[in-house]
Amino acid sequence: MASPLVSIENVDMRYGGPTGTLAVSGLNLKINRGEFVAVVGPSGCGKSTLMKLTTGLHIPQTGAVIVANQQVTKPVSIVGMAFQNPTMLPWRTTLENILLPLEIVERHRHRLRSHKAEYVAKAEKLLETVGLKGFGEKFPWQLSGGMQQRANLCRALIHEPELLMLDEPFGALDAFTREELWCVIRDLHASQDVTIVLVTHDLRESVFLADKVVVMSARPGRVISEHVVPFERPRQLELLYEPAFNEMVQKLHGEIATARAAA
Amino acid sequence: MTTLDTTTPVAVPPKPAFKVDWVRLAPFLYTVGLFVIWEIGVRISGLPHTILPTPTRVFEAIIQYWSPIWKNSLQTLYTTVLGFMIAVVAGLGIGLFIGWSRTIYAGLYPIMVGFNAIPKVALVPILVIWFGIGTVPAVLTAFLISFFPIVVNVATGLATIEPETEDVLRALGAKKMDIMLKVGIPRSMPYFFGSLKVAITLAFVGSVVSETVASNSGLGNMMASAQSNFNVPLVFAGLLMLAVEGIAMYALMAWVEKRMTGWAHRSTMAN
Ligand SMILES: Nc1ncnc2c1ncn2[C@@H]1O[C@H](COP(=O)(O)OP(=O)(O)O)[C@@H](O)[C@H]1O
Ligand SMILES: [Mg+2]
Repeated sequence: MASPLVSIENVDMRYGGPTGTLAVSGLNLKINRGEFVAVVGPSGCGKSTLMKLTTGLHIPQTGAVIVANQQVTKPVSIVGMAFQNPTMLPWRTTLENILLPLEIVERHRHRLRSHKAEYVAKAEKLLETVGLKGFGEKFPWQLSGGMQQRANLCRALIHEPELLMLDEPFGALDAFTREELWCVIRDLHASQDVTIVLVTHDLRESVFLADKVVVMSARPGRVISEHVVPFERPRQLELLYEPAFNEMVQKLHGEIATARAAA
Repeated sequence: MTTLDTTTPVAVPPKPAFKVDWVRLAPFLYTVGLFVIWEIGVRISGLPHTILPTPTRVFEAIIQYWSPIWKNSLQTLYTTVLGFMIAVVAGLGIGLFIGWSRTIYAGLYPIMVGFNAIPKVALVPILVIWFGIGTVPAVLTAFLISFFPIVVNVATGLATIEPETEDVLRALGAKKMDIMLKVGIPRSMPYFFGSLKVAITLAFVGSVVSETVASNSGLGNMMASAQSNFNVPLVFAGLLMLAVEGIAMYALMAWVEKRMTGWAHRSTMAN
């Protein structure tokens, strides 16, 4: 069995010096290659902190974060990130926004100019995958919220990251758009060789998409339980109305309610 | 206001040969209206020229003294634009420097505010001691008074980058320089171009103040000497020329702003 892609070992992370907020404490988590992991927990429990620790945006005071067999001491460029707020740059077209990571990542930035056509083709293919074919020339502010979030996913994927980190990416969308995007993510995960970590407060979303749901305690956050999701892939939206599905959602709900009460 | 009595049937869209665009005409109509009210007001009240001349009298003065007015207008325009251009370069540079890091921003911001609180007219005597009277103190006063809004706007544009954007880029291995070039600077451009309209207006204030107290040329000086000769129509002629120059430069800056940062007017990011 290969070593996990991400391994978080006994991590403590405190913001703002020795007397600051202890965001996570005694955090342990392993994520295997190709896995789809959803992280749920009460708000403020350190889910975003977990994201930032994994990507190397924060370095923990104690414990170790190991990504791809290397201890994280600086940002790791094998990840792509997407947040709730799509943060597209309004002065760039959607296509130019999607190409932005390539202007940054060491491996691509020197090749970008000479291989422009190849990269543009790749971006257009990604746009097609998320259902935005032909929208590359539009500016982000000409797109709806759901479309912006799709473009945001393309931007997170353009440099072919091994690990895709999504921090409540669909929080600001309406229910129908959200379900559409669940399917987009599901298909991305099925068709590409990528490991996905999804932070969410929507328990149905976590059960529908993930192979494994990780529940965190209230702050200082740590993992209190991990649940393997038993449903077969490919999963269809009908699954949302099956009793077994709702049972699992309810069980998770109960656990989080307890975790909140304990805080 | 624009309801005209039309007998056009409802089905056919009314298409008059000359459609008067009242909104576009409004500035001209209102300006003419202002002059008319001014003219009538002065005539009815019988105020002497030496207190408030009529617009016709002011226009007469403009024609009568056209040569000095023209020369001094150009001089004022020259000092103002020169001071303004120095302010643009310095303001952009200092703004980028201040916005670079939160520490520099925190440290220099109060100093800048303090500096800006000093009435620039109080600096003119010092500038005169250093550079003598004439063009140099006028240019410098225009510069000093107009560069602050540019600095503040550029620095604010840089310092208010969304943390998420920064995180996304830093996670990819972006250096501070990358973030500034890809996000910070383009993002601060609408703030920068927006500040130019304010800055050019202030630059006129600076140059005219300095000309008034410490120069032998320019509209400020011309008005000061006209005033000491009780030539009030000429004073008003000078004011009118300043207004014309001010409007022209403001319109130019507004146009530049629109050309350079059209995206910001459509998106909701900058206002
Ligand atoms: N940059 C920061 N500085 C200080 N405290 C922070 C910072 N970021 C997060 N925190 C604190 O750490 C805790 C966990 O935050 P976060 O990871 O964002 O929670 P979640 O994403 O689960 O809602 C919260 O109490 C929050 O107030
Ligand atoms: Mg969060």
